[in-house]
Amino acid sequence: MASDTKSDSSVDRPAILDKVDPAPWHEPPLVLNKRSFNWVTEKICGIVEGKTPTWWWWCFITSMIIASFTGMGLVYLVSTGVGVWGNNNPVNWGWAIVNFVFWIGIGHAGTLISAILCLLKQKWRTSINRGSEAMTVFAVMCAGIFPLFHVGRVWFAWWLFPLPNANAIWPQFRSPLEWDVFAVSTYFTVSILFWYMGMIPDLAVLRDRAKETWRKYFYGVLAMGWRNANNHWRNFEMAYLLLAGLSTPLVLSVHTIVSFDFAVANLPGWHTTIFPPYFVAGAIFSGFGMVLTLLLPLRAVFGLHDLITQTHIDNMCKITLATGSMVGYAYSMEFFIAWYGANSYEGFAFINRAFGNYWWSYWIMVSCNVICPQLFWFKKIRENTPLVWIISIFVNVGMWFERFVIANTTLSRDFLPSSWGYYSPTVVDIFTFFGTFGFFSVLFLLFLRFLPLMPLAEVKSVMPQANPHGGKHS
Amino acid sequence: MATSMDIKYGVSATFNSAKDIYEAAGQVREEGYKNWECYTPIPVHGLDAQMGVGRSKVPCFTLLGGVTGFFTGMLIVWFMNAYDYPLIVGGKPYFSPIYPFPVFYELTILFAAFGTLFGMFFLNRLPQHNHAVFEHPNFGKTGDDKFMIVIEIEDPKFDEVETPSFLKSLGGKSITTIRETID
Repeated sequence: MASDTKSDSSVDRPAILDKVDPAPWHEPPLVLNKRSFNWVTEKICGIVEGKTPTWWWWCFITSMIIASFTGMGLVYLVSTGVGVWGNNNPVNWGWAIVNFVFWIGIGHAGTLISAILCLLKQKWRTSINRGSEAMTVFAVMCAGIFPLFHVGRVWFAWWLFPLPNANAIWPQFRSPLEWDVFAVSTYFTVSILFWYMGMIPDLAVLRDRAKETWRKYFYGVLAMGWRNANNHWRNFEMAYLLLAGLSTPLVLSVHTIVSFDFAVANLPGWHTTIFPPYFVAGAIFSGFGMVLTLLLPLRAVFGLHDLITQTHIDNMCKITLATGSMVGYAYSMEFFIAWYGANSYEGFAFINRAFGNYWWSYWIMVSCNVICPQLFWFKKIRENTPLVWIISIFVNVGMWFERFVIANTTLSRDFLPSSWGYYSPTVVDIFTFFGTFGFFSVLFLLFLRFLPLMPLAEVKSVMPQANPHGGKHS
Repeated sequence: MATSMDIKYGVSATFNSAKDIYEAAGQVREEGYKNWECYTPIPVHGLDAQMGVGRSKVPCFTLLGGVTGFFTGMLIVWFMNAYDYPLIVGGKPYFSPIYPFPVFYELTILFAAFGTLFGMFFLNRLPQHNHAVFEHPNFGKTGDDKFMIVIEIEDPKFDEVETPSFLKSLGGKSITTIRETID
């Protein structure tokens, strides 16, 4: 790259340019300690091929037990009725919508990393994108549970899709909830396609290294006969770029449409045009919180310090800081518009949000989402990995409360004081939500055990050896 | 087994770095070979141009998928809410390109994504679980840190003696003849 500065191709080159000494641009290496390609292969494949670690079994069993809480909650709900949840009149949505938006939001960081950062040529994304995409897929699965069971008679949930049914009635497409069906199912499907397609070359590597017969078949079938040919790579890279280009408007649209569930309703506190960008920023914020929560322990357990470097953590912290500040800005702008709009219902909704019946949830939200990430301004804090991890947990908590605040403060204080109510979750709500963390962990642990945690070819591509124009050999 | 046949597929040469294969590929093209391929652990930047292959055709499939998706969305909304069972909701028209736009938008992306993935599979002729290069004893290394050029016997310029020595002259290591066994 540096040799380009000495090119003598330009004719009308001002003489002064030759005297200019370009400032050295320090780009930190994305793989530390001058590792070789083989080291990367061994490291990533070793996670899948090695003996199952004891901690994995303990985590897996614990996660299964936690996941069973969701199972119990749902079995009880289906056998009794949706009334076992704390939803009441006027708070008809309760935790179901809160949990749904929470999990969907978490998914967004995965797509941001794999799609938007790919289009922006952010090379540091390579070592974290596979794990984040897996997180996306599993988080959307967790999210899907809540609206699915909230319909009450879950065996009729397929009526949400435009399929012919015995009543000869079709879904009606003027409802944002129907848009949501399309947005979320498309998001889930495209995320899986993107995740899977990116994995094909790595599955081929695992196939070629496999010794046991089951491995040869398992990875062989999944790898589709990929053979590292340049022709394959050519089409693959184009397809990857296109999927990134498709996922970018997709990820922005999904949380926009989720926010339409609220914003299209005529309720004070919901009916605002700031919702789509504010929800998207919040989603990316919560997602990065979750990426940090997941990847920092993995980095320590698998010794991935050369691949997930301080640069990666710094960047993730900075995105968390930026999106956290955007969310904070949205909170204050909502208050400003409520006052400036001079609508007494809107004004009440916001005063009530901060100082009304759910004041505590509002202040949990503000301290976790607005104040906490501001600590990432400081390099000392970004370099303190345990502290970063703790802050990331706060981000997750804060973003759950954000959705709780939005959904419940507005619904519980209706236009008529006679219909005011208060919402508390039941034990079934709590079990069902708590269990989804187990469900998520079970899936994530299986992913760690059976699928490549990082895209080998992409990680290798950002190493100096990948440069065909005189890269250093190691 | 007695009826099995050995068929020669081509000759391979291994290279140790992206730089080596990048330079070697340019020379193989200049030599006039047509049926040959590079096997690399990473998509080597600029190798397409060195090999003289053009831009991928995947975008055609993406466009086809996207257009299909958009009109499928329109069709289902029009058919369901305006034709088969017209339903008045919120005083809105039976059909309009505006209110159900999110549905068209999502289906455009969904179909375009399927078009992209299956387009990639189609152009790469995948799934194809059997291929002669898998018979190469060290094929697996091309997914790790080795780069390989294979010139097929089908190539008009292929020569039993010339081709291997040509590959060797490019700096290729462990020149191997790949054979495919057919029962």
